[in-house]
Amino acid sequence: METVLDIDRLYVRRSGNLVLNNLTLEIHGERVIGLLGASGSGKSTLMRCLVGVQRIESGTITIMGLPAGAKELRRKVGYVSQSPAVYLDLTVMENLDYFRSIFSLPYSRLREVVETVSLAGAQKQLASSLSGGQRARLSLAIALLPSPSLLVLDEPTVGLDPLLREELWNYFHELANQGCTLIVSSHVMDEAERCDDLVLLRDGKIMFHSTPATLKASTESDNLDSAFLALAKRVKSEF
Amino acid sequence: MSSSRVFATAKRLLKQLRHDPRTILLLLGVPLLLMVLLRYLFGAQIAEFNNLAPMLIALFPFTIMFIVTSISMLRERMSGTLERLLTSPISKFEILAGYGLGFGILAVIQVALVLLVTFGPLELTTKGNIAMLLLFSLLDALMGTSLGLLLSAFANSEFQAVQFLPAFIFPQMLLSGIFTPRNQMPQALKFLSDLLPLSYAIDGASRTASSTTWNLATSVDLTVVVFAIPLSLALGALTLKRQTK
Repeated sequence: METVLDIDRLYVRRSGNLVLNNLTLEIHGERVIGLLGASGSGKSTLMRCLVGVQRIESGTITIMGLPAGAKELRRKVGYVSQSPAVYLDLTVMENLDYFRSIFSLPYSRLREVVETVSLAGAQKQLASSLSGGQRARLSLAIALLPSPSLLVLDEPTVGLDPLLREELWNYFHELANQGCTLIVSSHVMDEAERCDDLVLLRDGKIMFHSTPATLKASTESDNLDSAFLALAKRVKSEF
Repeated sequence: MSSSRVFATAKRLLKQLRHDPRTILLLLGVPLLLMVLLRYLFGAQIAEFNNLAPMLIALFPFTIMFIVTSISMLRERMSGTLERLLTSPISKFEILAGYGLGFGILAVIQVALVLLVTFGPLELTTKGNIAMLLLFSLLDALMGTSLGLLLSAFANSEFQAVQFLPAFIFPQMLLSGIFTPRNQMPQALKFLSDLLPLSYAIDGASRTASSTTWNLATSVDLTVVVFAIPLSLALGALTLKRQTK
């Protein structure tokens, strides 16, 4: 398996606090990687680092052989921030069409992504009139436009009903089967079960990186919830 | 640079406005209303109106474009769409050029309407060249846009951005020669006035309106205004940081 992402000794400081503390991580391609951790553990900061918008103190981030944020990566790495970054005073289609021109893509791509995120019925609606979940899906649709090889999604399923969440997770795996690597952050434990790999973040450090099955086996738990608890307790006693 | 990304950005800004008809009405209607007000304020003192109107024709697009641009850019920063753009293939310069073009088109419409009304029903009569007045007004609008882009980087909230009007535009307006001729100002204020780009914009507009002869002073006015635009755009590009803390 090809190494898609290679982070080496990454330090990030935000307003004096060390948010990412000597973080080293290697991620192989074509999988759905769940980035889990309590709020404040550094998930969003790590994701911002991957798309090159976070100032880092030291360390290196290499994505498909290039430094994170490199110009060549801007078509290959898609990013969806936690709060939907869309133009509220434009319609769904107008939002998508603007980013379509920025990526110089054909019009046919618009219809494809709109259907992928089930927003076809709301095409002409202003983004400001969309529900929270619809806005989040519009934001995701924009990131899907250029068919990126790496998708960085910061809590993409917040506020979605179970049916849509199910649909999106199925779609994430479909993308992974087509050769895309997805890094999806979440704090909902039942979503962890759906990931191929789990990366557990705690206080800016990687606490665990393996498959859900390995996590359960190593903690002798039959579900991920109790596995997390066991792991957290073990880490606490080690320090 | 890709011109298609610049056009797309300009188109997007204008589409955003299209969904906000009240803002369009205010943008285009308020300057007209103010000119009508000015005309009736002076009543029979037509010479006063003829003297003051060209300066205000140059001031309105500058001020209004400054506000519209700084607020739009601030919203772009706060909504996360700027960050999204900075992770996409569009360059900082293309974003800024798109803003300049989009709001520039708006300024053309605004200035054309003001000129139509003031030279038509309001019967402004000048000895000078209307085309030159149009040119100065448009350059002033672009200068307002580029200064708005630059200043928006220093505002963290809409409250702050709106305060830039009294803090940044009013002093320039007071020192620009609209209220007191610049050559009658105390030395220190005259010096300060010489440093401010709006002074040249207003001077240029009033000079081209009052006489047909082109002189060195007019060329200086034009040069300063023309150079202030790319200069503040370039400074604005510096404030568009891809990486933030």
